[in-house]
Order: sequence, then structure tokens, then C-alpha cells
Amino acid sequence: MSATTSSDPLSLRFESLARSGRRALVTYMTAGHPDPVQSVALMRALQDGGADVIEVGVPFSDPMADGPVIQRSSQVALEHGVGFAQVLAMVHEAALSIPVVLFSYLNPVLAAGPEVLVRASEAGVHGVLLTDLPVGADPEREAWIGAGPLAFVRLVAPTTPVDRMREIARHGRGFVYLISRLGVTGMQANVASDLPDSIARLRTATDLPICVGFGVSTGAQAQAIGRLADGIVVGSAIVQAAERGIDAAHALTVELRQALDNI
Amino acid sequence: MTAPALVRDRFGAFGGRYVPETLIPALDELEGALDAALLDPTFDAEWRDLLTHYVGRPSPLSDAPRLSELVGAPVWLKREDLNHTGAHKINNTVGQALLARRMGKSRIIAETGAGQHGVATATICARFGLECVVYMGEEDMRRQSLNVYRMQLMGATVVPVTSGTRTLKDATTEAIRDWVTNVRDSHYIIGSVVGPAPYPRMVREFQSVIGRESRAQMLERAGSLPRSVVACVGGGSNAMGIFAGFVDDAGVELVGVEAAGEGLESGRHSASLSRGTPGVLHGSLSYLLQDGQGQVYPAHSISAGLDYPGVGPEHSYLKDSGRAMYVAVDDGQALEGFAMLSRLEGIIPALETAHAVAWIAAQRGRWASNEPVLLCVSGRGDKDVSQVREMGILPL
Repeated sequence: MSATTSSDPLSLRFESLARSGRRALVTYMTAGHPDPVQSVALMRALQDGGADVIEVGVPFSDPMADGPVIQRSSQVALEHGVGFAQVLAMVHEAALSIPVVLFSYLNPVLAAGPEVLVRASEAGVHGVLLTDLPVGADPEREAWIGAGPLAFVRLVAPTTPVDRMREIARHGRGFVYLISRLGVTGMQANVASDLPDSIARLRTATDLPICVGFGVSTGAQAQAIGRLADGIVVGSAIVQAAERGIDAAHALTVELRQALDNI
Repeated sequence: MTAPALVRDRFGAFGGRYVPETLIPALDELEGALDAALLDPTFDAEWRDLLTHYVGRPSPLSDAPRLSELVGAPVWLKREDLNHTGAHKINNTVGQALLARRMGKSRIIAETGAGQHGVATATICARFGLECVVYMGEEDMRRQSLNVYRMQLMGATVVPVTSGTRTLKDATTEAIRDWVTNVRDSHYIIGSVVGPAPYPRMVREFQSVIGRESRAQMLERAGSLPRSVVACVGGGSNAMGIFAGFVDDAGVELVGVEAAGEGLESGRHSASLSRGTPGVLHGSLSYLLQDGQGQVYPAHSISAGLDYPGVGPEHSYLKDSGRAMYVAVDDGQALEGFAMLSRLEGIIPALETAHAVAWIAAQRGRWASNEPVLLCVSGRGDKDVSQVREMGILPL
């Protein structure tokens, strides 16, 4: 599926960015963190700060791909009793004008039942990204998600061989999420040295926009990666800023936006 | 050993590879190395040599005259407690360490609950000169401080896990995080028949030596196959290992004994098969203790080795297909089983094993006097003695 022929809000957003030569700023937040009320305000603040896409994390008890910051935010959200229904209610209440991608582990999605994708779409979600459902792991459930109303965004890792990158790209929509380095989510001082090579290999495998995440936290990193990729994903740094307050998360979003726009 | 209904990487509907993309190439590599090794006579010879001369296999099959009298049927004990390091866990770690060496991995990661798998991993890493990092819940480190010291003595680094429930579940999650970060030079030795494919099949393969030996020993010593094979189930590796020897013998009943903790109705137990629902944790789809939102419940058991909210996917398959039955025994009954095997047979079992002892002991009249019952003594109880003593449990 080619990005240029799609009409979903996620693809339209990337097409519009490409036309104006801008890079996408994708910001992550955990639904229910710092608390359910502030979560809605945080979504709006990220949009106001200049985010192009918001990834809304569904809290999970055993987030094996996440580092300490997102683990903690998940735990806090669970302590507030946030489940799938509450996540969708927050998205609905925020009524954003930019696309929303759910970022989840598979188990909470399965537990939410077969109507979950439709319900998510009705609440204002446009895409879904599942950390622990790699391409080919479960063809039946992947087909179910792929056939639903949400764009199924897939992940590529630094360890992914190029033929598998092609396979992943064939099954993905919206954009491809490139994990910048080995490891779990969390802030890093430096950009991985093999990132340019990973991006170059992925370019040969797909026409979908490439957004790079894991370890991206500062304006300088945003610029360095923005020169190579179509967008960046910032997660732990936003979550940590949100712990200080909505204003801090907004300020970081503005800083990242400016950095990307000054490439 | 035939793999029942293994469709690609699944046991019926269960199993799979629900992991971050980063790990997929490593799992492909591992699967390739495993399949090549299983067909390679050199690997088989190396593995068997270590099992014989380092682990001390074959482990004996003991008769149990006084327990048999109590039960009303001949009970036979497969003595995995007599292996080097005192449990069945080493059968698997020897096999996986050999594989890691063939794959050129210099660093080993493991998770541990009771500490037996951590000790078995530290042991083989010392022997092979491999770096060894073991993740262990802080709560389990307290319960099993002797095993922590044993691992450290053998040169392993034991990393306390302070997230979540501070037990096996969280140690496993933390070990996976390490593996995602260090996947290029590290091999993750999972200690049970859980995790993403090919782990459940691989660990079953290495543990099936228990079942193969005991089948031959039963025919030789008892003159017949057992009527029932009974083993405790946390993740389920000793059970899967002994079941593997009998799964094709339709007349042999397979019984897995889970930990009912403070009672199945208390909500504080580890009985995933008895009370769980299918879900995805740590890379595979299997029965799981979870709430209606798909959040995993903390498990509970007096025994750290059974204190896990998931279970191996092949057990889920054996349950749904009806080939095996799963029952549960609570903390109090397990303590009785612990004392009973000690007093009746002079064998102090691990608290894990004690669950299976307790179930058998409560089944008087279930078997005819000529129907042998085979119990897997998965490990010895030395590690549990101080915990039981601190609880104020007096000898009978």
C-alpha cells in the first residue's frame, strides 16, 4: 500500500508535510499520566505545541519494551484505574485535529474485544501500533487489525534484515516506526552511530514515511535525525516533562518543533 | 520426541512470538541453531557427556514404600533433586549454554524465581567461562538468599528487580529488556517452557530427558508404565519434561499440580491453567492470570518457583485437548507435603515439588494397588528449609 494513494488522516498529514518540506513531530504520552484529567490537557498541549501526530500509550502491567520513565507512567495510569475504555474516552474528550495513534501491547487490545478497533476509530483514533506484534507473528490477528478502520503502523529495528524490512513495509500503513537503537524506550545522550545506515536500508525497502524513535529527546537530536528521516518520535522525554507539568511538556514540544523546522 | 500439533511455532492456538521486532532476528538465529544442533550427533554427544559426567544423570527412580502405603498404590519418585545443583533446571541450562557457545554468544542472561534456574545457569556459565547476569525479584532474593550467594560464588552477577511485584514475572520482564539491549552478544537462557518460540519447544526438548529416562526405568523397575504421571507446574518445565516421555502412551494419565496459594477463591494464587484465561505475556499466548482489561495479576505462592501468572503454551494445549489434567494445591497443603515426604521417605523436597506430593497423598483410593503412580521430584528442599522453619512449621 502506498502512502500517496491513501486518504486516511495519518497519510494525508505526512503528504502535507512532504509537500511543505517539513519533518513530522510525533509525540508520545501515556494515557492516564500524570492523571486522567491532565492527560486530556496534555494531548491538547502537545497539539498546540506543534505535534503532527500524537501517540497515545495504553498502560500495561508488563511493558517489556519500555524503559523506566514509561514504565513508571504506565504504573501511575494503572493506579488511576485507566483501562482501554478510559483511554478512548480521553481521546474523544480531547477532540484533536491532528491524527492519533494508539501505542499498545497486544494483551490489552485482545482483552478489549473484537469491536475495539471500531470503537477506537469512533473515539477519534486513526492508527495503531503494537509493540509485541511483529510482522508474521500472528497472521490471523494481524489480518484482523489490518482490515480494520485504523492504519496499522509497524516497527522496524536496527537488527531487521532488509528483506524483512520490505515484508514489514508491505504490511504497514501511515508510516514506518524505525527504532533507533537496540534496547528499550528512554532518553540517550547520543544518536546511535548505525542509524544513518538503518535509514538508508529502510529507504530501499519502502516508500512510506520513516519516523525514528527510542532515545530522541532534545532539539539537537531532533535536527540530526530530521536531516535523515521524515519524522521523529519523542516519548520518554515528553513523559518526564509532563511529570513536571503540562507547561513543561508544551515547552519541550515547541522546542522540538522549532528544531525540526530549522533544518 | 514428537511435538504434539506444533503448527509452525504453535501448540494448537497457543505459543507464538509476541516480542519486540528487535528480537525477531535473534529468535530466527536461535531456532536455526537449535534445529541444526538437534540433528547434529556432535551436539548430542557433548550434551549427553555433560549430563552423565557433570550433572550426574541418569537420575535414579526411587520406590517410596511408606508414601505408597499411605496412598494405597505404588508411588515412584523420579529423583531430579539428585542432579548437580539440586533440581531439574540444569538439564536445560546445559543444553542452552552449549547452543550459546555454538552461536558465539559470550554473555548469558537469565531470570530466576526460587533461584534454582539462576544457580543452574551460573553453574554452567562458570564451567564454560561465560559472563552470567541473573535477574531476580527483590522479594525472591530475600526468600532465597542462600541461592543468591551460591550464584555469586560461581561468578554470576545477580541484579535485584524492584519493579512490579518484585518476583519472577518482573525478573522475566527485566531479563527481556536486557536481551533487547544486548541481543548481539547475549543469549537469554529462559528457565521454563515459556517465552517466545522456539523457547517452549527447546526447553521441553532439553527437559524431555526426564521423561525418556523415567519411562525406561518404570518398565524396568515397576514392570509397567505408570497409571498416572504427576508433576508440579509453575511455568511447567519439569512437568513438560516428564510428560514428554508419556504423552504418546494413551493409557498414562498426565497430571499437573498448580499452586493454589491462599486458595483458588482468594485471588492470591498462581493457578493459571485452573483459573486463568488465554492472553499474551512474555512472548507467548497461553493461559494467564489477568483482569478484564488484560492487565496481568500478580501471582502468589509460598513457593517462589511457582509464583508466576503465566504457564507454558504447551500446557495450555494439553489442557484444552484434554490430554493432561491440571489441579491445584494450596500453601498449607504444600507445607504438609513438604513435611510428609521428609518424614516418610527421608527426602526433603522443594516446596514446588511438595505441591505434587500433597496432591498424591490426598488421593488415597483413586488408584488400584497395582496402578503405579510416578511423581517428578523436581528439586530438593534445602533452599526452603530456613523459610519453612521461620514460618514456625514444626516437624510432624
